[in-house]
Amino acid sequence: MNAQTVRNGSRKKAKAGSVIGILVLIFITIIMLFPIFIMITTSLKSLGEIFQFPPSIIPKNPSLDNYVNVFKTLNFLPYFKNSILVSACVVVGTLLSSSLVAFGFSRYDAPGKKLLFMLLLATMMIPYPSIMIPQFLLFNQLQWIDTLKPLVVPAFFGSAYMVFLLKQFFGSLNNELFDAARIDGCNEFRVYRKIALPLCKPALATVAIFSFIWSWDDLLSPVIYLNSTENYTLPVLLASMTSKFRVPPWNTMMSAALLTALPCMLLFIFCQKYFVEGIVTTGLKG
Amino acid sequence: MKRKTQTIHFYLFILPWILGFLIFSLYPILASLFYSFTDYNITSSPVFVGLKNYITAFHDEIFWRSIKATLYYTALSVPVGLLLSLIFALLLNQLAVGKGLFRTLMYLPSMVSGVSMSLLWVWIFNPQYGMANYFLSLFGVQGPAWLSSETWAVPSLIIMSFWTTGEGMVLFIAALQGVPRSLNEAALLDGANWFDRFCNVTMPMISPVFMFQLIINVINSFQVFTQAFVMTQGGPHYATTFYVYNIYQNAFVDFKMGYASALSWMLLIVVMVVTALIMKFSNKYVYYEGGENG
Repeated sequence: MNAQTVRNGSRKKAKAGSVIGILVLIFITIIMLFPIFIMITTSLKSLGEIFQFPPSIIPKNPSLDNYVNVFKTLNFLPYFKNSILVSACVVVGTLLSSSLVAFGFSRYDAPGKKLLFMLLLATMMIPYPSIMIPQFLLFNQLQWIDTLKPLVVPAFFGSAYMVFLLKQFFGSLNNELFDAARIDGCNEFRVYRKIALPLCKPALATVAIFSFIWSWDDLLSPVIYLNSTENYTLPVLLASMTSKFRVPPWNTMMSAALLTALPCMLLFIFCQKYFVEGIVTTGLKG
Repeated sequence: MKRKTQTIHFYLFILPWILGFLIFSLYPILASLFYSFTDYNITSSPVFVGLKNYITAFHDEIFWRSIKATLYYTALSVPVGLLLSLIFALLLNQLAVGKGLFRTLMYLPSMVSGVSMSLLWVWIFNPQYGMANYFLSLFGVQGPAWLSSETWAVPSLIIMSFWTTGEGMVLFIAALQGVPRSLNEAALLDGANWFDRFCNVTMPMISPVFMFQLIINVINSFQVFTQAFVMTQGGPHYATTFYVYNIYQNAFVDFKMGYASALSWMLLIVVMVVTALIMKFSNKYVYYEGGENG
């Protein structure tokens, strides 16, 4: 048997294999998407229809009433605003601080730099629950409990993951560009602002997307810091709903859950390029 | 640029992080070590009690239950999840067309993360009207009470965790694309079958990514909280009182800050030890290109 026949044989096998592979993948994809399908269909059903056995796969009289109810009875809008406010501030803070820090780490040489970078990487391993209690006590001293500040302010001091991601990117830029700007009389901050930042827009987009999603989905810290209902972010509102009703109106709750998940899903669908880049560079997750 | 100006610029640029590190990482770590040796309920000042909190933990039944629940969850959700995401990635990687589409669709459930996902699965696991038991009933199986059953609560959450395997899959796909074609073709010419090629070419090449994911997933699943908070409130009968949920209860429901700090310090140590162990163990098995050993 020569190399050619080995190849031909395995090509035939590979072809049959890939047909089976595609079928298996279609099957897996259907299973993976089924919960989302249930979320959507439940959100279109009436209360009578959801408490029915066997459950209907396709809603009999689909209606958007539940979405109206999310705003009317669950009073969704103020919480949506809280969430947007927190996530927007976190995105701005993370972008500003992490890009400054990453620029510093990638462009200058200084004593202690190696050690500090090791420390930065090490902080990625610290579990948030291990440091949340003293952080809480600190913010308690500042009388920031039951405000949105504790959720936002730490973002302005750099996120280790994002610094790492941006440092990789800054490091790949050509040194000559920076030198040219310096010769033209730019000071270091201008070099960062006018040359480095515009060149790493894609990486900044990745940072913005990930910090938005993390802050949008976060439950533990808002649960710790927010006491009054009017300050809740969406995850806290959703989490409080299960205990609010004796018989939860699952149709309305699914509408609320879907509306809450929607911004992240849309971001993912429309900005996939940046997602994959971020995941692959740092191994971080959405 | 002169070395001195470089140093000044370096420290000016990284100043935000240095401050953040001191205030939000270093100080809390040291402070929680201090609080772990005290009795502290916020209203009165902390009282030094030595090792009492640590000793209490070892005699606390809920502490042991929380460890058991967390290990149970980790031991099943992490390896099976990793295996599934690797299989999905291998299947996807063979496709000539449609790779992007399948990747998008399979990653999508990971985007419905956190609380929305949890609420959805409470509904799916509803014993009377939920889809899970409806499916089982099609095969003539009477489904369990899922989240309200002491036996089935943790397995329910493990099953749910498999719907986020899309994340790992994306990482594996990227790793698989980095495996040089020439290696596989050489192995093919030597008559290596699919399984041999997977074990001797693919697996060694992607082992660093495998390792990395193993560490991250173990660390993350030690910190599982949202599901317990939203879906089961730690129950039934402490079945899903995971370690971090227990810290949360002690600190922010019972205001036992000292005891909770002791628990959180133990978590920090465990996470560091586990990371070190996995890395040490893996040095033997992980292949780093360029012969770098680390």
